[in-house]
Amino acid sequence: MKSMNIMIVGVGGQGSLLASKLLGRVLIGEGYDVKVSEVHGMSQRGGSVVTYVRCGDKVYSPIIDKGEADYIVSFEKLEAARYVDHLKKGGVIVTNDQRIDPMPVITGAFEYPDEVLDSLKKKGVRIDSIDALSLALEAGSSKCVNIVLMGRLSVYSDISEEAWIRAIEEVAPKKFMEINKKAFALGRKAGVIE
Amino acid sequence: MKKLMLGNEAVARGLYEAGCSVVSSYPGTPSTEITEYAAKYDEIYCEWAPNEKVAAEVAFGASLAGARSACAMKHVGLNVAADPLFTLSYTGVNGGMVICVADDPGMHSSQNEQDSRHYAIASKIPMLEPADSREAKAFTRLAFELSERFDAPVILRMCTRIAHSQCSVELEERVDTVKKDYVKNPQKYIMAPANAIRRHPFVEERTAAIAEYAETSDINRVEYSTDRKLGIITSGTSYQYVKEAFGDKVSVLKLGMVNPLPDKLLRSFAESVDRVVVVEELDPVIEEHCKAIGIKTEGKNILPVVGEFSQSVIAKAFGIEAPAFDSCDEQIPVRPPVMCAGCPHRGLFYVLAKNKLTVLGDIGCYTLGSAAPLTAIDSVLCMGASVSGIHGFNKAFGGDSENRTVCVIGDSTFMHSGMTGLANIAYNGSNSTVIIVDNSITGMTGHQQNPTTGYNIKGDPATKIDLESLCRALGINRVRVVDPYDLAETEKAVLEEVAAEEPSVIISRRPCALLKYVKAKSPVIIDREKCRGCKKCMKIGCPAVSVKEGKATVDETLCTGCGVCSQLCSFDAINQPE
Repeated sequence: MKSMNIMIVGVGGQGSLLASKLLGRVLIGEGYDVKVSEVHGMSQRGGSVVTYVRCGDKVYSPIIDKGEADYIVSFEKLEAARYVDHLKKGGVIVTNDQRIDPMPVITGAFEYPDEVLDSLKKKGVRIDSIDALSLALEAGSSKCVNIVLMGRLSVYSDISEEAWIRAIEEVAPKKFMEINKKAFALGRKAGVIE
Repeated sequence: MKKLMLGNEAVARGLYEAGCSVVSSYPGTPSTEITEYAAKYDEIYCEWAPNEKVAAEVAFGASLAGARSACAMKHVGLNVAADPLFTLSYTGVNGGMVICVADDPGMHSSQNEQDSRHYAIASKIPMLEPADSREAKAFTRLAFELSERFDAPVILRMCTRIAHSQCSVELEERVDTVKKDYVKNPQKYIMAPANAIRRHPFVEERTAAIAEYAETSDINRVEYSTDRKLGIITSGTSYQYVKEAFGDKVSVLKLGMVNPLPDKLLRSFAESVDRVVVVEELDPVIEEHCKAIGIKTEGKNILPVVGEFSQSVIAKAFGIEAPAFDSCDEQIPVRPPVMCAGCPHRGLFYVLAKNKLTVLGDIGCYTLGSAAPLTAIDSVLCMGASVSGIHGFNKAFGGDSENRTVCVIGDSTFMHSGMTGLANIAYNGSNSTVIIVDNSITGMTGHQQNPTTGYNIKGDPATKIDLESLCRALGINRVRVVDPYDLAETEKAVLEEVAAEEPSVIISRRPCALLKYVKAKSPVIIDREKCRGCKKCMKIGCPAVSVKEGKATVDETLCTGCGVCSQLCSFDAINQPE
């Protein structure tokens, strides 16, 4: 079984924990050894958050280091750029193209580098950028950006759509089940992969 | 049945399976979920104690009564519980007792990077260190067996990457433990000098006996590679990084028990390889032990003392090539944690910053009042230090210090260790002004109940300690409550109380905006005609407010309609909807 490293990055409060839970469940279901590593606490308060998901025959380290990620799933543009050095050569960044200003930008101490993804693309970094927020709203809630992005990520995997849906049924709150399934479907068929 | 489990959840499962029936803890990242998950088992009585010392002593009492018991805390919590810890080593246990402590290498959510292993050595208490969730459960179960077998409390040492990483765990049934009989035994449990003098030799003999156990127990294991040039001695999460970096190309002695250490095993492993390196995060505890018993070893000469390890840290230390990667040419602005939109602390810190007061801060979400643009805090040391510290500051500074200095402490932190400092202010007489930011929850660790919230860990109603009465009972006559969403009222109260010729307490009270029962109001509306782009509303550092194209803008997905920004506007441009 091939091993895979996936990083989920975003802004504290965006729902990355549910995304990593879903991903972990899917990969366990496929028979992989899986490790999922999160950071709780202080950094959750609107700060930059990172979750590592690793799978393979046998996984040792719970974290993903520079140049090791096959995929980076980002909930926000700037965060995609922040962690690009963790991407393996030839890896793919799946990102929401939403912009959320960090405090140094809000206070005017820094400019938000709006063109940052374009300059990374020019360097040859594979970036799959989608408007996950609009798709989440279309599905029924701005809170399911996480599941839209998982839907998008699923396009890159050999794992069956049924397996993903089963995992959603196991981890998502019952109250929002239909919204989450719709969000997953919208993410999965969004845009065209370059 | 297999389940993907967080390390902390696996510890809770281990507590359940081992037949543990009492858990008392104080929340602290990265240890909090141990107790939260344990509370989901009806068979375990769980509680949030006011602090870690209380928690450890509750667990001791439960052990004395014959039950298997535990307490959980973060590394700095063990400082608070250190007093019972050292003497618990002498009394030993009746029912098995486990102390779970979670270190935070890299300081993801902590004020220091202390290494708890020093406590195990200093208190002569055995310490186990799991390397993943599977071991977290297994070692928790083993810890109870060892505790009862050797008559010692046992410390289970977690760290952030074990506590907050998930891996697959095989679930087992709860064992039938019979609660031990309670028999009065003053020689064992009354640690007055005459008895303690007799217990100390027992502690020394016990350590020797456990060390002997550690020589042959499979909790410590050798994994030989075909290559014996390099041998690595390691434990916990460092083991995982070593295996990640080397695969099976290195011989490893993996220690599951980090105190006491198995001297014979260490020596025989060292003799079986050409070069020995100890790989351990934080302090060179194992390395120094090896050197003390005459093993020629390396360690901190090639590895850092500071921060977390990772596979690349190990790779770099041993000259293994790291993978290539692209980097970003643009400067990426940092994204530090901030107070949430609608956070009740924001209005208070705005008032304190505006009046240029010296502010002694404390541990909690409100520590974020130190960040730009508010930069309202002068010091943060440890739980409760703001209340004790302001008294010393005012006594030493003299002059009008009492009229321009305040301290800020949360409701939970005040119950944890602010009360004693307040008693000191009243008793030893400084006209200090203590502000309790009461958001009706323990916020930073993710919403745990505490003695002032009126609910227990299960969410059931509990005795609610009244902060106003408590402060008065501690000798403070001037106690007043303000709503931090009301800037004018808050400012008036602060200015009056710092000027008062006696000690005072201001309770800045409003529930955390993230609590489920707190309903957000409609977002504020900006009148772009009236807005002059003066950026006054930006002074509160609210993530929902920014200035775009010269005009204030509100992020409607974040704004809770708290209205603090609208009170700052001089042009009536920010309004609540009708």
